Amino acid sequence: MGSLMSEMGVKALELGIPLSVQLDLTYRCNERCVHCYLDHHDHGEMTLAEIKHLLDEMAEAGVLFLTLSGGEIFLRKDFFEILEYARELTFAVRLKTNAILVRKREAERLCELGVENIQISIYSHRPEVHDAITLVPGSLKRSIAAIRFLKSYGLKTTIANVLMLQNMQDYPQVRELARELDVEFTIDPTITPKMDGDRAILNLNIEREALHRVFHDEALVGDVEEFCRPAAAADEDEMDSLPCSAGHTACYVSPYGDVYPCVQFPLPTGNVRRQRFVDIWRDSEQMNEVRSIRMRDLPTCSGCGHMTGCTRCPGLAFMEGDMRGPSIQDCEKSFARTGVPSKNLMAKRPAGAVGLVQIQGVRIAVAGAVSA
Amino acid sequence: MSEGKRYVARSKEIAARRLGGETMIMSGRDSTLYTLNEVATVIWEAADGTTPLDEIVTTKVCAEFDVTPDEAMRDASALVTELGNHGILLVSDTPIAAAMAARATQRGA
Repeated sequence: MGSLMSEMGVKALELGIPLSVQLDLTYRCNERCVHCYLDHHDHGEMTLAEIKHLLDEMAEAGVLFLTLSGGEIFLRKDFFEILEYARELTFAVRLKTNAILVRKREAERLCELGVENIQISIYSHRPEVHDAITLVPGSLKRSIAAIRFLKSYGLKTTIANVLMLQNMQDYPQVRELARELDVEFTIDPTITPKMDGDRAILNLNIEREALHRVFHDEALVGDVEEFCRPAAAADEDEMDSLPCSAGHTACYVSPYGDVYPCVQFPLPTGNVRRQRFVDIWRDSEQMNEVRSIRMRDLPTCSGCGHMTGCTRCPGLAFMEGDMRGPSIQDCEKSFARTGVPSKNLMAKRPAGAVGLVQIQGVRIAVAGAVSA
Repeated sequence: MSEGKRYVARSKEIAARRLGGETMIMSGRDSTLYTLNEVATVIWEAADGTTPLDEIVTTKVCAEFDVTPDEAMRDASALVTELGNHGILLVSDTPIAAAMAARATQRGA
């Protein structure tokens, strides 16, 4: 299926089709996760009628993969009406939820409607850690109970484990929990800034040494040597490649109808309450600016040795002030993975700090490239 | 062909979208992805459960593509059998009501 999926992505890119959209139905939430990037007040969510109209427009525009997220999606009393309508329009629907409102009845309904995958955030196997992150006592117990209900109906479920200082040491046990529950497991070591630009929560990000341990954990990454090998130099094709799918085959719509290139890329491009979805997608000046960028257009990153192996996020770069700039969090990840500082990290170091460690890092890179 | 009428209906357990002239279909059973070419897409879109397959072939496929009825019917039969085996198309020798297609969506439990 991998290659067919890739072919589909290439074709969607050629045709200018937004194959994947994340639609947040609400920013309201029944948890108060300490690392969350959202403001949980309701500033005027789209109504059921508005959402149905949007879904019609998205189906017409060619959207196939629809992720319904939030906030907590089950706080919308019309959630199942939205989902039912989305399935009538034959979207492949994925859900992101904390699932603490999911019981047998909800699991049964999700099964009837045919949801492709349900992703549930679990921060730790220990209630005292998980509940201290969600700030809701009993939330771990309820989320795990929900997973069991979902599994009993044969629904594909994924545990998402976001790593931060508070739970960094627990990910092996969360992975084991996923195995016991017979669900998929995914890990994300990045805390992102709030959508309003507030970067204070970045202090929750795990430290460089911990990131290094994650990237060198064979159980997570497979072949550590291959995973951590410094990237090969970019060729001309790679210089002409796209930074990511945001704005090319994917975008994000907020509960208020604002359209962005991605949930992590808060560049307003239009609002579906005033414009047709497809018109924003095709004609928005901002969307087309994002679309115009190739790797060679990135002033710092195009000259960085990590370019072909980096997970650089244009949205995080945008939140740092320049969508064509580097994203320091991805520079840190590349460094933790390979031991080689990025061009951006090198530039940020004060002159007096340039010393042996940095030189050693570069030497490792050269040795790695030679041995490869 | 000596076989009787066959009726086909799109399963509601799938996700699907036109992409150019083709159709991408994801199976709800196992998330397997299928792609239908232009001819198969015509049959897929006409599979309403009440129009017999031979009528779909005559009025849609032969009308839109340069193909003989026998050849088209042979290919169409093979296609619906295969899609039926994957559970993304319901195939029956009697008309298929919408409720039946809906019941087929119920998984697990």
